[in-house]
Amino acid sequence: MQMDKVRTGLIAQKVGMTRVFTPEGEHVPVTVLKVETCQVVSQKTMEKDGYTALQLGVGTAKVKNVSKAQRGHFAKAKVEPKKKTVEFRVPAEALVDVGAEIGVDHFLAGQTVDVTGTSIGKGFAGSMKRWNFGGLRATHGVSVSHRSHGSTGNRQDPGRTFPGKKMAGHLGAERVTTQNVKVVRVDVEQGLILIKGSVPGPDQGWVIVQDAKKTKAPAGLPYPAAVRKGAAVEAAAEPAVTETQE
Amino acid sequence: MNVLQKLEQDEIASVSKTIPEFSPGDTVKVNVKVVEGTRERVQAFEGVVIGKKNAGINSSFTVRKISYGEGVERVFPLYSPRIDSVELVRRGDVRRAKLYYLRGLRGKKARIAERTTGHGLGEAGSDE
Repeated sequence: MQMDKVRTGLIAQKVGMTRVFTPEGEHVPVTVLKVETCQVVSQKTMEKDGYTALQLGVGTAKVKNVSKAQRGHFAKAKVEPKKKTVEFRVPAEALVDVGAEIGVDHFLAGQTVDVTGTSIGKGFAGSMKRWNFGGLRATHGVSVSHRSHGSTGNRQDPGRTFPGKKMAGHLGAERVTTQNVKVVRVDVEQGLILIKGSVPGPDQGWVIVQDAKKTKAPAGLPYPAAVRKGAAVEAAAEPAVTETQE
Repeated sequence: MNVLQKLEQDEIASVSKTIPEFSPGDTVKVNVKVVEGTRERVQAFEGVVIGKKNAGINSSFTVRKISYGEGVERVFPLYSPRIDSVELVRRGDVRRAKLYYLRGLRGKKARIAERTTGHGLGEAGSDE
């Protein structure tokens, strides 16, 4: 993506993995991502916030589970309470109107994207699992410590273990981005994005899909975003409803 | 039905080819599309189905045959576009789902009796 054409990303939920066949008979392993009514909740502007960004929300949260402050925030945007909200830094010209719904046709089949998620937590993991260490020998006098990391440093000089030494510790449950993964297919009706290969996180986990930073975007991408037409009409009709409620 | 199952079902429907009902022990003829240079032709692989994996779009089946005295097994994805068609040649009477024991048998011992009753057969269907 060229720097002057930064677009907003989308929030999606990982459904699971399956495979699809190409007409040539090759099978493609895909991860299915679902985008459920992704709407703009608020805009961050230079005058007000000192930076420009879009806050998107996805899904529908039960009103009773949303805090009063959040409810007010969503009411201001005249959108239903969202399950998940994420901010995307975009330039001022790529801002989208509040309340607009962005469809999955925001991405094109064949383009590459970066997918960010929270990886599956593995808890406290040993050095073999966490850093792919080889462990110790199975025989030749090794006892009990077959999966240990071995030495962590030198001798009296330097007399300490250097900071950053790879050792056992907590693995997973951190923010991970897989870069340059290909979009295989986009299903606008069902709001599905099919991505070749795997993406971080468990099934039902939230992921962020953005244009790939390190590959050139194809021509014909909707800019600033693929705003759904039906949603725009809905948004226009919605204010009247909320006013009567008040 | 969840999103994934629906997607897989749509995918299977889009393959739009009729695959006959067959089960382990049956002899089938699988017509496979092969590309030779620029030309595409159909090649047949006939043998006994020794196993079937039923897993939606990931379904596959294994066919075993004896080719020039050497046992050959091939695994076919059931819904692959590379499979032109599957023909049922003969139904076999077996009591297992996976016939891996055939790998250790040759000649007369590796025979499978023909099945004339049971599921998938017209008269038997009215019988039940």
